Amino acid sequence: MAHINVPEGVPGIRSLVMFRPETGKHLYALAQELLRGESPLSEADRELIAAHVSKRNDCFFCMSSHAAAARCLYGEEEGIVDEVLQDVEQANVSEKMKALLHIAGKVQILGKEVKPEDIDRARQEGASDKEIHDTVLIAAAFCMFNRYVDGLASFTPTDPELYKEMGKHMAKGYNLPSNDRTG
Amino acid sequence: MPYITLQDHLPGITGLLEFSKNTAKPIRDLTQFLLRGSSTLSEADRELIATVVSHDNECAFCTTAHTAAADLLAGESNTSQKVKENIDTAPVSEKMKALLHIATATGKGGKQVTEGQINNAREAGATDIEIHDTVLIAALFCLYNRYVDGLGTSLPSEPAYYNVLADRLVNHGYTRLPQGYDHLKK
Repeated sequence: MAHINVPEGVPGIRSLVMFRPETGKHLYALAQELLRGESPLSEADRELIAAHVSKRNDCFFCMSSHAAAARCLYGEEEGIVDEVLQDVEQANVSEKMKALLHIAGKVQILGKEVKPEDIDRARQEGASDKEIHDTVLIAAAFCMFNRYVDGLASFTPTDPELYKEMGKHMAKGYNLPSNDRTG
Repeated sequence: MPYITLQDHLPGITGLLEFSKNTAKPIRDLTQFLLRGSSTLSEADRELIATVVSHDNECAFCTTAHTAAADLLAGESNTSQKVKENIDTAPVSEKMKALLHIATATGKGGKQVTEGQINNAREAGATDIEIHDTVLIAALFCLYNRYVDGLGTSLPSEPAYYNVLADRLVNHGYTRLPQGYDHLKK
Protein backbone atom coordinates (compact mmCIF):
# COMPACT_ATOMS: atom_id res chain seq x y z
CA MET A 1 0.00 0.00 0.00
CA ALA A 2 1.29 3.39 -0.96
CA HIS A 3 1.66 5.98 1.83
CA ILE A 4 -0.94 8.22 0.18
CA ASN A 5 -4.23 7.60 -1.60
CA VAL A 6 -3.06 7.00 -5.18
CA PRO A 7 -5.06 5.02 -7.80
CA GLU A 8 -4.91 1.35 -6.86
CA GLY A 9 -3.04 -1.16 -9.02
CA VAL A 10 -1.22 1.52 -11.02
CA PRO A 11 2.52 0.97 -10.75
CA GLY A 12 5.30 3.32 -9.64
CA ILE A 13 5.52 6.88 -10.79
CA ARG A 14 2.38 6.57 -12.94
CA SER A 15 0.24 6.33 -9.82
CA LEU A 16 1.96 9.38 -8.32
CA VAL A 17 1.56 11.61 -11.36
CA MET A 18 -2.09 10.58 -11.62
CA PHE A 19 -2.50 11.63 -7.99
CA ARG A 20 -0.82 14.99 -8.63
CA PRO A 21 -0.75 15.85 -12.37
CA GLU A 22 0.25 19.45 -11.54
CA THR A 23 3.72 18.22 -10.61
CA GLY A 24 3.53 15.14 -12.82
CA LYS A 25 3.47 17.11 -16.05
CA HIS A 26 6.80 18.77 -15.21
CA LEU A 27 8.34 15.46 -14.12
CA TYR A 28 7.38 13.82 -17.41
CA ALA A 29 8.56 16.86 -19.38
CA LEU A 30 11.92 16.55 -17.60
CA ALA A 31 12.20 12.82 -18.33
CA GLN A 32 11.34 13.43 -21.98
CA GLU A 33 13.91 16.22 -22.36
CA LEU A 34 16.66 14.38 -20.45
CA LEU A 35 16.21 10.96 -22.03
CA ARG A 36 14.75 11.78 -25.47
CA GLY A 37 15.79 15.39 -26.09
CA GLU A 38 18.89 16.50 -27.94
CA SER A 39 22.09 15.05 -26.47
CA PRO A 40 25.43 13.69 -27.72
CA LEU A 41 24.58 10.54 -25.73
CA SER A 42 22.30 7.99 -27.41
CA GLU A 43 18.86 7.37 -25.95
CA ALA A 44 19.95 3.83 -25.07
CA ASP A 45 23.03 5.09 -23.21
CA ARG A 46 20.94 7.61 -21.30
CA GLU A 47 18.41 4.94 -20.26
CA LEU A 48 21.34 2.82 -19.14
CA ILE A 49 22.64 5.61 -16.89
CA ALA A 50 19.12 5.90 -15.44
CA ALA A 51 18.93 2.15 -14.77
CA HIS A 52 22.44 2.08 -13.26
CA VAL A 53 21.66 4.90 -10.80
CA SER A 54 18.25 3.42 -9.94
CA LYS A 55 19.90 0.11 -9.14
CA ARG A 56 22.40 1.84 -6.86
CA ASN A 57 19.47 3.59 -5.14
CA ASP A 58 17.79 0.21 -4.70
CA CYS A 59 14.70 1.39 -6.59
CA PHE A 60 13.40 -1.79 -8.21
CA PHE A 61 10.63 -0.09 -10.18
CA CYS A 62 12.85 2.51 -11.86
CA MET A 63 15.73 0.08 -12.35
CA SER A 64 13.53 -2.56 -14.01
CA SER A 65 11.57 -0.16 -16.19
CA HIS A 66 14.57 1.85 -17.43
CA ALA A 67 16.61 -1.32 -17.96
CA ALA A 68 13.72 -2.60 -20.09
CA ALA A 69 13.64 0.67 -22.07
CA ALA A 70 17.42 0.48 -22.56
CA ARG A 71 17.22 -3.15 -23.80
CA CYS A 72 14.57 -2.11 -26.27
CA LEU A 73 16.69 0.79 -27.56
CA TYR A 74 19.93 -1.22 -27.78
CA GLY A 75 18.16 -3.86 -29.90
CA GLU A 76 20.60 -6.66 -30.71
CA GLU A 77 23.10 -5.29 -28.20
CA GLU A 78 20.60 -5.55 -25.33
CA GLY A 79 23.02 -7.77 -23.38
CA ILE A 80 24.99 -4.64 -22.50
CA VAL A 81 22.31 -3.65 -20.02
CA ASP A 82 22.68 -6.64 -17.73
CA GLU A 83 26.46 -6.53 -18.05
CA VAL A 84 26.50 -2.93 -16.83
CA LEU A 85 24.03 -3.61 -14.02
CA GLN A 86 26.28 -6.42 -12.87
CA ASP A 87 29.68 -4.73 -13.21
CA VAL A 88 30.38 -1.54 -15.14
CA GLU A 89 34.11 -2.11 -15.47
CA GLN A 90 33.70 -5.58 -17.00
CA ALA A 91 30.84 -4.62 -19.32
CA ASN A 92 31.15 -4.54 -23.09
CA VAL A 93 30.78 -0.75 -23.40
CA SER A 94 33.22 1.95 -24.52
CA GLU A 95 35.83 3.31 -22.11
CA LYS A 96 34.06 6.66 -22.35
CA MET A 97 30.77 5.12 -21.29
CA LYS A 98 32.51 3.36 -18.38
CA ALA A 99 33.94 6.69 -17.23
CA LEU A 100 30.52 8.35 -17.50
CA LEU A 101 28.81 5.52 -15.61
CA HIS A 102 31.50 5.87 -12.96
CA ILE A 103 30.65 9.58 -12.61
CA ALA A 104 26.93 8.71 -12.41
CA GLY A 105 27.75 6.27 -9.59
CA LYS A 106 29.57 9.02 -7.70
CA VAL A 107 26.64 11.41 -8.15
CA GLN A 108 24.37 8.74 -6.70
CA ILE A 109 26.40 8.75 -3.47
CA LEU A 110 26.51 12.56 -3.19
CA GLY A 111 27.41 15.51 -5.42
CA LYS A 112 30.63 16.15 -3.52
CA GLU A 113 31.85 12.63 -4.27
CA VAL A 114 32.54 13.57 -7.90
CA LYS A 115 36.25 14.39 -7.89
CA PRO A 116 38.44 16.09 -10.51
CA GLU A 117 40.06 12.71 -11.30
CA ASP A 118 36.66 11.22 -12.15
CA ILE A 119 36.10 14.04 -14.65
CA ASP A 120 39.69 13.72 -16.00
CA ARG A 121 39.12 10.05 -16.73
CA ALA A 122 36.02 10.87 -18.81
CA ARG A 123 37.86 13.69 -20.61
CA GLN A 124 40.74 11.38 -21.49
CA GLU A 125 38.22 9.09 -23.16
CA GLY A 126 36.91 12.02 -25.16
CA ALA A 127 33.85 13.06 -23.15
CA SER A 128 32.61 16.59 -23.89
CA ASP A 129 31.18 19.18 -21.49
CA LYS A 130 27.69 18.34 -22.69
CA GLU A 131 28.19 14.59 -22.19
CA ILE A 132 29.50 15.14 -18.67
CA HIS A 133 26.67 17.56 -17.94
CA ASP A 134 23.97 15.24 -19.22
CA THR A 135 25.41 12.31 -17.28
CA VAL A 136 25.46 14.24 -14.00
CA LEU A 137 21.97 15.63 -14.51
CA ILE A 138 20.47 12.26 -15.46
CA ALA A 139 22.08 10.71 -12.37
CA ALA A 140 20.86 13.57 -10.16
CA ALA A 141 17.37 13.39 -11.66
CA PHE A 142 17.13 9.68 -10.91
CA CYS A 143 18.15 10.38 -7.32
CA MET A 144 14.94 12.42 -7.33
CA PHE A 145 12.70 9.98 -9.23
CA ASN A 146 13.88 7.00 -7.15
CA ARG A 147 13.18 8.80 -3.86
CA TYR A 148 9.80 9.96 -5.09
CA VAL A 149 8.73 6.47 -6.14
CA ASP A 150 9.98 4.67 -3.01
CA GLY A 151 9.49 7.53 -0.53
CA LEU A 152 5.73 7.31 -1.12
CA ALA A 153 5.85 3.49 -1.29
CA SER A 154 4.18 3.34 -4.71
CA PHE A 155 3.20 -0.08 -6.08
CA THR A 156 6.18 -2.04 -7.43
CA PRO A 157 5.22 -4.98 -9.71
CA THR A 158 7.56 -7.97 -9.81
CA ASP A 159 6.50 -9.61 -13.12
CA PRO A 160 9.38 -9.19 -15.65
CA GLU A 161 6.92 -9.40 -18.57
CA LEU A 162 5.15 -6.31 -17.29
CA TYR A 163 8.42 -4.34 -17.30
CA LYS A 164 9.19 -5.57 -20.81
CA GLU A 165 5.91 -4.06 -22.02
CA MET A 166 6.60 -0.87 -20.07
CA GLY A 167 10.04 -0.63 -21.69
CA LYS A 168 8.50 -0.78 -25.18
CA HIS A 169 6.23 2.16 -24.38
CA MET A 170 8.99 4.14 -22.69
CA ALA A 171 11.28 3.66 -25.70
CA LYS A 172 8.79 5.77 -27.66
CA GLY A 173 8.84 8.62 -25.16
CA TYR A 174 7.41 9.94 -21.92
CA ASN A 175 3.81 11.08 -22.03
CA LEU A 176 1.85 11.99 -18.94
CA PRO A 177 -0.73 9.27 -18.23
CA SER A 178 -4.23 10.67 -18.19
CA ASN A 179 -6.56 10.13 -15.27
CA ASP A 180 -9.02 8.11 -17.34
CA ARG A 181 -6.26 5.45 -17.41
CA THR A 182 -6.27 5.15 -21.18
CA GLY A 183 -3.04 7.18 -21.50
CA MET B 1 36.58 25.91 -11.05
CA PRO B 2 33.46 24.12 -12.29
CA TYR B 3 34.06 20.82 -14.13
CA ILE B 4 32.45 22.18 -17.30
CA THR B 5 32.60 25.65 -18.85
CA LEU B 6 29.93 27.86 -17.32
CA GLN B 7 29.46 31.61 -17.33
CA ASP B 8 31.77 33.15 -14.69
CA HIS B 9 29.21 35.53 -13.27
CA LEU B 10 26.67 32.77 -12.50
CA PRO B 11 27.74 30.66 -9.47
CA GLY B 12 25.86 27.62 -8.18
CA ILE B 13 22.73 26.46 -9.94
CA THR B 14 22.14 29.49 -12.17
CA GLY B 15 25.13 28.79 -14.43
CA LEU B 16 23.91 25.22 -14.93
CA LEU B 17 20.35 26.26 -15.73
CA GLU B 18 21.70 28.71 -18.30
CA PHE B 19 24.08 26.06 -19.73
CA SER B 20 21.18 23.70 -20.45
CA LYS B 21 17.99 25.70 -20.92
CA ASN B 22 15.95 22.82 -22.35
CA THR B 23 16.32 20.74 -19.21
CA ALA B 24 16.16 23.85 -16.99
CA LYS B 25 12.60 24.66 -18.09
CA PRO B 26 10.81 21.64 -16.50
CA ILE B 27 13.09 21.82 -13.43
CA ARG B 28 12.25 25.50 -12.95
CA ASP B 29 8.52 24.94 -13.58
CA LEU B 30 8.40 22.06 -11.11
CA THR B 31 10.17 24.12 -8.45
CA GLN B 32 7.93 27.14 -9.04
CA PHE B 33 4.82 25.00 -8.53
CA LEU B 34 6.16 23.10 -5.51
CA LEU B 35 7.66 26.05 -3.64
CA ARG B 36 5.49 28.95 -4.80
CA GLY B 37 2.26 27.39 -6.03
CA SER B 38 -0.96 27.37 -4.03
CA SER B 39 -0.44 25.13 -0.99
CA THR B 40 -1.56 24.65 2.60
CA LEU B 41 2.14 24.75 3.51
CA SER B 42 3.52 28.28 3.69
CA GLU B 43 6.31 29.33 1.32
CA ALA B 44 8.60 29.69 4.34
CA ASP B 45 7.81 26.13 5.45
CA ARG B 46 8.52 24.78 1.98
CA GLU B 47 11.84 26.65 1.91
CA LEU B 48 12.68 25.05 5.27
CA ILE B 49 12.19 21.60 3.72
CA ALA B 50 14.57 22.59 0.90
CA THR B 51 17.05 23.96 3.45
CA VAL B 52 17.10 20.88 5.67
CA VAL B 53 17.59 18.48 2.76
CA SER B 54 20.34 20.62 1.21
CA HIS B 55 22.03 20.82 4.60
CA ASP B 56 21.95 17.02 5.00
CA ASN B 57 23.37 16.68 1.47
CA GLU B 58 26.21 19.04 2.43
CA CYS B 59 25.45 21.36 -0.47
CA ALA B 60 26.78 24.74 0.67
CA PHE B 61 25.31 26.75 -2.20
CA CYS B 62 21.75 25.40 -1.92
CA THR B 63 21.76 25.43 1.90
CA THR B 64 22.85 29.07 2.06
CA ALA B 65 20.50 30.18 -0.72
CA HIS B 66 17.39 28.48 0.69
CA THR B 67 18.24 29.50 4.25
CA ALA B 68 18.32 33.10 3.00
CA ALA B 69 14.99 32.64 1.19
CA ALA B 70 13.36 31.02 4.25
CA ASP B 71 14.66 33.81 6.49
CA LEU B 72 13.40 36.54 4.17
CA LEU B 73 9.95 34.93 4.02
CA ALA B 74 9.79 34.37 7.79
CA GLY B 75 11.25 37.74 8.72
CA GLU B 76 13.71 36.09 11.13
CA SER B 77 16.66 33.72 10.97
CA ASN B 78 16.22 31.70 14.16
CA THR B 79 13.88 29.01 12.78
CA SER B 80 16.05 27.99 9.82
CA GLN B 81 19.08 27.77 12.10
CA LYS B 82 17.23 25.65 14.66
CA VAL B 83 15.75 23.16 12.17
CA LYS B 84 19.24 22.53 10.80
CA GLU B 85 20.48 21.84 14.34
CA ASN B 86 17.64 19.68 15.66
CA ILE B 87 14.19 19.26 14.14
CA ASP B 88 12.59 18.05 17.38
CA THR B 89 13.57 21.09 19.43
CA ALA B 90 13.10 23.66 16.65
CA PRO B 91 10.34 26.31 17.01
CA VAL B 92 8.01 24.79 14.39
CA SER B 93 4.62 23.06 14.64
CA GLU B 94 4.32 19.34 15.37
CA LYS B 95 3.08 18.87 11.80
CA MET B 96 6.18 20.59 10.39
CA LYS B 97 8.43 18.48 12.61
CA ALA B 98 6.81 15.33 11.27
CA LEU B 99 7.09 16.56 7.68
CA LEU B 100 10.73 17.57 8.14
CA HIS B 101 11.49 14.06 9.44
CA ILE B 102 9.88 12.63 6.29
CA ALA B 103 12.01 15.02 4.22
CA THR B 104 15.29 14.01 5.86
CA ALA B 105 14.38 10.33 5.48
CA THR B 106 13.62 10.90 1.79
CA GLY B 107 17.00 12.56 1.44
CA LYS B 108 18.73 9.44 2.78
CA GLY B 109 16.78 7.16 0.43
CA GLY B 110 13.18 6.51 -0.58
CA LYS B 111 12.96 3.32 1.46
CA GLN B 112 14.03 5.20 4.62
CA VAL B 113 10.56 6.75 4.88
CA THR B 114 8.64 4.65 7.42
CA GLU B 115 4.96 3.99 8.15
CA GLY B 116 5.64 5.43 11.60
CA GLN B 117 6.84 8.73 10.16
CA ILE B 118 3.80 8.91 7.87
CA ASN B 119 1.46 8.13 10.79
CA ASN B 120 3.08 10.82 12.93
CA ALA B 121 2.49 13.35 10.16
CA ARG B 122 -1.15 12.29 9.81
CA GLU B 123 -1.74 12.47 13.56
CA ALA B 124 -0.34 15.99 13.50
CA GLY B 125 -2.89 16.85 10.79
CA ALA B 126 -0.89 16.47 7.57
CA THR B 127 -2.90 15.74 4.41
CA ASP B 128 -1.98 13.40 1.55
CA ILE B 129 -1.06 16.39 -0.61
CA GLU B 130 1.20 17.81 2.12
CA ILE B 131 2.95 14.45 2.54
CA HIS B 132 3.27 14.09 -1.24
CA ASP B 133 4.68 17.57 -1.70
CA THR B 134 7.12 17.15 1.18
CA VAL B 135 8.53 13.96 -0.34
CA LEU B 136 8.75 15.52 -3.79
CA ILE B 137 10.40 18.74 -2.55
CA ALA B 138 12.94 16.63 -0.64
CA ALA B 139 13.55 14.44 -3.72
CA LEU B 140 13.86 17.51 -5.96
CA PHE B 141 16.55 18.96 -3.72
CA CYS B 142 18.43 15.67 -3.95
CA LEU B 143 18.52 16.46 -7.67
CA TYR B 144 19.59 20.08 -7.21
CA ASN B 145 22.25 19.34 -4.60
CA ARG B 146 23.85 16.63 -6.74
CA TYR B 147 23.64 18.74 -9.89
CA VAL B 148 25.29 21.73 -8.21
CA ASP B 149 28.07 19.80 -6.43
CA GLY B 150 28.47 16.99 -8.97
CA LEU B 151 29.61 19.52 -11.58
CA GLY B 152 31.79 21.36 -9.08
CA THR B 153 30.06 24.73 -9.50
CA SER B 154 31.63 27.69 -7.74
CA LEU B 155 30.31 29.51 -4.71
CA PRO B 156 29.58 33.24 -4.96
CA SER B 157 32.69 35.34 -4.29
CA GLU B 158 30.66 37.66 -2.05
CA PRO B 159 28.14 36.57 0.61
CA ALA B 160 25.87 39.45 -0.48
CA TYR B 161 25.12 37.43 -3.62
CA TYR B 162 22.82 35.23 -1.52
CA ASN B 163 20.75 38.23 -0.40
CA VAL B 164 20.19 39.27 -4.00
CA LEU B 165 19.34 35.67 -4.86
CA ALA B 166 16.92 35.29 -1.92
CA ASP B 167 15.21 38.52 -2.94
CA ARG B 168 14.78 37.11 -6.46
CA LEU B 169 13.46 33.77 -5.16
CA VAL B 170 10.94 35.53 -2.93
CA ASN B 171 9.84 38.35 -5.21
CA HIS B 172 10.17 36.73 -8.65
CA GLY B 173 10.25 32.99 -7.98
CA TYR B 174 11.99 30.12 -9.72
CA THR B 175 11.18 30.74 -13.36
CA ARG B 176 13.85 32.18 -15.63
CA LEU B 177 14.14 35.95 -15.58
CA PRO B 178 12.64 37.22 -18.85
CA GLN B 179 15.68 39.41 -19.44
CA GLY B 180 18.20 36.67 -18.56
CA TYR B 181 21.13 37.21 -16.18
CA ASP B 182 23.54 39.48 -18.05
CA HIS B 183 22.83 42.29 -15.58
CA LEU B 184 24.71 40.26 -12.94
CA LYS B 185 27.97 40.66 -14.89
CA LYS B 186 30.43 42.90 -13.11
